Amino acid sequence: MNKLNSKIPEGPLAQKWSNYKDHINLVNPANKRKLDIIVVGTGLAGASAAASLGALGFKVKAFCYQDSSRRAHSIAAQGGINASKNYQNDGDSVYRLFYDTIKGGDYRAREANVYRLAEVSGNIIDQSVALGVPFAREYGGLLDNRSFGGAQVSRTFYARGQTGQQLLLGAYSALSRQVKLGNVELFERHEMLDVVLVEGRARGIIARNLVDGNIERYSAHAVILATGGYGNVFFLSTNAMGSNTTAIWKAFKRGALFGNPCFTQIHPTCIPVHGDYQSKLTLMSESLRNDGRIWVPKRKEDVEALRHGKMKPKDISEENRDYYLERRYPAFGNLVPRDVASRAAKERCDAGFGVGETGLAVFLDFAASIKRLGKSTIEERYGNLFQMYYKIVNEDPYENPMMIYPAVHYTMGGLWVDYELQSTIPGLFVAGEANFSDHGANRLGASALMQGLADGYFVLPYTMQNYLADQINVPRFKTDLPEFDAAESAVNAQIQKLMNIKGNKTADHFHKQLGKIMWEYVGMGRNKAGLEKAVEQIRQVKADFWKDLKIPGETTELNPELEKAGRIADFLELGELMAMDALNREESCGGHFREEYQTPEGEAMRNDEKYMYVAAWEFKGENSVPEMHKEALKYESIEVKQRNYK
Amino acid sequence: MNFTLKIWRQKNAKAKGKFVTYKLNDISSNCSFLEMLDILNEQLVLKGDEPVAFDHDCREGICGTCSLYINGHPHGPDTAVTTCQLHMRKFRDGDTIVVEPWRAKPFPVIKDLIVNRNAFDQIIQAGGFISVNTGGIPDANAILIPKEDADYSMDAAACIGCGACVAACKNASAMLFVAAKVSHLALLPQGKAEASDRVQAMVRKMDELGFGNCTNTGACEAECPKQISITNIARMNREFLGAKVGSQKKRVSSGGGF
Repeated sequence: MNKLNSKIPEGPLAQKWSNYKDHINLVNPANKRKLDIIVVGTGLAGASAAASLGALGFKVKAFCYQDSSRRAHSIAAQGGINASKNYQNDGDSVYRLFYDTIKGGDYRAREANVYRLAEVSGNIIDQSVALGVPFAREYGGLLDNRSFGGAQVSRTFYARGQTGQQLLLGAYSALSRQVKLGNVELFERHEMLDVVLVEGRARGIIARNLVDGNIERYSAHAVILATGGYGNVFFLSTNAMGSNTTAIWKAFKRGALFGNPCFTQIHPTCIPVHGDYQSKLTLMSESLRNDGRIWVPKRKEDVEALRHGKMKPKDISEENRDYYLERRYPAFGNLVPRDVASRAAKERCDAGFGVGETGLAVFLDFAASIKRLGKSTIEERYGNLFQMYYKIVNEDPYENPMMIYPAVHYTMGGLWVDYELQSTIPGLFVAGEANFSDHGANRLGASALMQGLADGYFVLPYTMQNYLADQINVPRFKTDLPEFDAAESAVNAQIQKLMNIKGNKTADHFHKQLGKIMWEYVGMGRNKAGLEKAVEQIRQVKADFWKDLKIPGETTELNPELEKAGRIADFLELGELMAMDALNREESCGGHFREEYQTPEGEAMRNDEKYMYVAAWEFKGENSVPEMHKEALKYESIEVKQRNYK
Repeated sequence: MNFTLKIWRQKNAKAKGKFVTYKLNDISSNCSFLEMLDILNEQLVLKGDEPVAFDHDCREGICGTCSLYINGHPHGPDTAVTTCQLHMRKFRDGDTIVVEPWRAKPFPVIKDLIVNRNAFDQIIQAGGFISVNTGGIPDANAILIPKEDADYSMDAAACIGCGACVAACKNASAMLFVAAKVSHLALLPQGKAEASDRVQAMVRKMDELGFGNCTNTGACEAECPKQISITNIARMNREFLGAKVGSQKKRVSSGGGF
C-alpha cells in the first residue's frame, strides 16, 4: 500500500486551489469554539496560524520554548519576502514566481503546492501592511521592491534588513490580540517532547515546562507543528541556539514520514568561522548581492600578499580580480541562487584563491556601489547589516570589502505533508520550515518568509476546517487517557536515562563532534565513501554520547544542559538519516551535490529518470533501518530542464 | 585575555542570590561575551558545578532574548549592541567584570541571570496591535504612506523588546518600550483608527504591572541596543493627552470566538 497520498486537487494548475476551497467541508461558528487546536512554535508559520485560527473562533493553545512568542527565529530573517505583485511592471506574475520557485528548487518540489504558494503570496503583503508592517516605501508612498537570487524581476518586499522581525512582530501582534480576545492561550518556555496519538490521530502533546521542569499534558482535536528547521544538526549554523529538531523528530518516531532529510541549504554569504569557541554563524543578507560584487584575487601571489598583510584588497587592480560569479553566470551574475553561489565560493577556495586567515573566505565588495550611489544610499539600504558586520569582525565594510563564506542556513527537508499540509499522522499538520513542501532541493532567497506566512495565514485556516469538519461531535479530550500516560512515561524515562549517564563530557562536546562530521561529509560536497564514513562515525558519537554525557543539576528546575542534551540525542539520530538519504540519492540537485554527479562545468547533474521523487522515510523502530517511500513528482505545467543561470 | 568575573547566582525565584567570583583565562579577544560565558560554563560543568543560567537565542542581536547588566550597563559597555554582539576586545586584559540580571520589580529573577519579561507581552496584549482578522484586506498599495512616515515608523518598530530600557532606568520605567510600539503604529494610517484606545490601554497596563514613571533622564535611549529615540516618548505623551484620558470605548469583541 502506498502511504503517500498527496491529495492534489483535480483541475488545471491555476484552478486547483480555488476548486479545493470551493469544495471543502467547513465548520460553523458555534462548533468552532468547541474544537481545540495545539500550535507548537510561534515563528511566522506558527504565529500566523494560531492568530488566524483563533480569529476564526477555534480555541488555540500555542507553545514556544522561548521566553516570549515574539522571539522565534523567523525574527532573524533579514532581506525580504517575495510576492508576485508585479508592482514594478517588470514582467512578474503568479506563474513566473511559481516557475522561478520550481526551477530554483531544481525540479524537486510539488507543482500544485508551489503554485498555491505563488497565488497567495500577494495576500501576505496586503495582510502584513494591514497589521502595520512598515515595509520600505518609495517617495510617492507606494511599496518599494528589491531583487533576490534566482529571479530576473524585483519582487522582494523588505523592511530595511529586518524584514523577518517586522513580519513576525506583525503576526505576533495579531496573536496578542487573539490572546486578549481569549481565543489563544500562550505557553512560553515550554518545549514539546512528544506528540500523543489516540486511535491513530494526533490528539495532544507532552511538553516540559522549562522553568520548573514539570512534564505537562495538553490535548486537542488537532496539532500543528511549526517548529522550524534542523540546521543546528551541523552545530554551527545561522539558526538560533535553541532551534532544534525534537518536535518533528518525535513525530517521525510516532509515524510521520520525513521528506528529503538531506536537502540542506548552505547560504553563500555568512561571516566566516574564526575560532573553535565559536557558537554560531551570522548571516549577511542575500540582499547585499544587489549592490555587492563577489570576487577573489586572480593571482596566487596576491592571495599570499593579502594573507601576510602586505597588501589590502583595494590595492588589487581590477584586471587582477576574479568576479567569478559574473564570469561564470553572466545572465544572473551575483544574483545566482544560493546553492550555485555557495558551490562557486567553495570551488575558488578549494583551488587556493580563498582569502582571510583560513583561506576560507571570499570578498563581497561595495566599493563600486558606494561610488555609484553614494555612501548614504548604501547606508540606508543595509546600514544595520554593515553595523552588525563591523561589531563582529571589527573591520569597517564601508572601507574594506566584507569577507564571507557559505554556512548552513535552512533545511528544505522536513516532515512529509500532503496538499493540506497534513502529515501521514491524521490530525498532525506541519507548517513552515518544519515541513518539506515547497522548496524542492533549494530554496530561493526571500521565500521562507513567504512560505511560513502562506501556510499560517492562508492555507491551514482552510485545510484544518476540512479535517475538523467531521470532528464536531468529538468532545474535548481528557489528558488522563492511557495514551497520555504512556507518552508521559516515555518522556520521563528518556530524561532519567540522560541524567543517569553521569559521564565526563558536556552536551556541547558531542554536538560539536556531530557538527564536524556533518559539515565534512554531509555538507556542500557529498560522495559515497564520505557518506558511508559519516554514518559510521555518527553511530560512534551516538554510542559515546549515551555512555559519557554529563548533565549537572536537577530535572525539576530550569536546566539548560538537560535541554541541550535532549535536543542533541535527536540530532544524532537525524544526522544518520540525512546521510542515508544523501547516499540513496545518486544524483546532484539543488543544495544536494554529489561529487560523482556533475557536468563537465561543475554544475549539478540531476537524474530525472531515477530520482524525480520525494524520498519519504518511515521510522521502523530503534536500531532498525527506516523504510523509504517514494512520491513521484509529475510536472504537467512546466518543462523540466537543466537549470541554467548563464 | 584573563578576566575575573563576579556573577549573580540565584537558584530560583524564591532563593536568595549572591555574587560568586570566577577566574577565566586565555580568552580570545574575538570571543563574544556569551561565548566567554559558554567557556566558563563548560569548565563549571566538567567540575561538576551548575553552569550559569543566562537567556540567549539568536546570537545576532535581533531576537531580544539576551540581557545581562554588565559593569553597570545593560548589554555592557559597547554602544548599540546587544550582549550577544558584545566582544571581549571591548574589555582590557585583567579586567574584573560584574554581571547581574535585569533589576526591576516587574521582571522577577527566574534563575541566575534569567528574568521573566512576560510583562512586556502583557502590555502588547493590552492593545499593541491593529485589530484586523486574516483575509479580506485591500491591496497593499491602496494605502499611500509617505516614505518619511514609514521610515519613522520603522525606526520605532526596530525595538527588540529586550528590556534594557527598563533595566537602565532608575525608576524601572517601561516608557521607551511602550512608546516605541505606540509610535510605530500611530505613525501609520492603518494604526490611526484605534490609536486613542491603544495608547490608553497600553499605558494603563504598564502602570498596573508596576513599571515606574519617566523622569526624562534619557538613560533608556543611551542604553538601548537599537537606539530607539526618546522622541517616541514625547510622541506617546501627545497621543495620550490627545486621547482624552478615560475616553476609551468599551469594546464588543470583533471577529473570532463571538
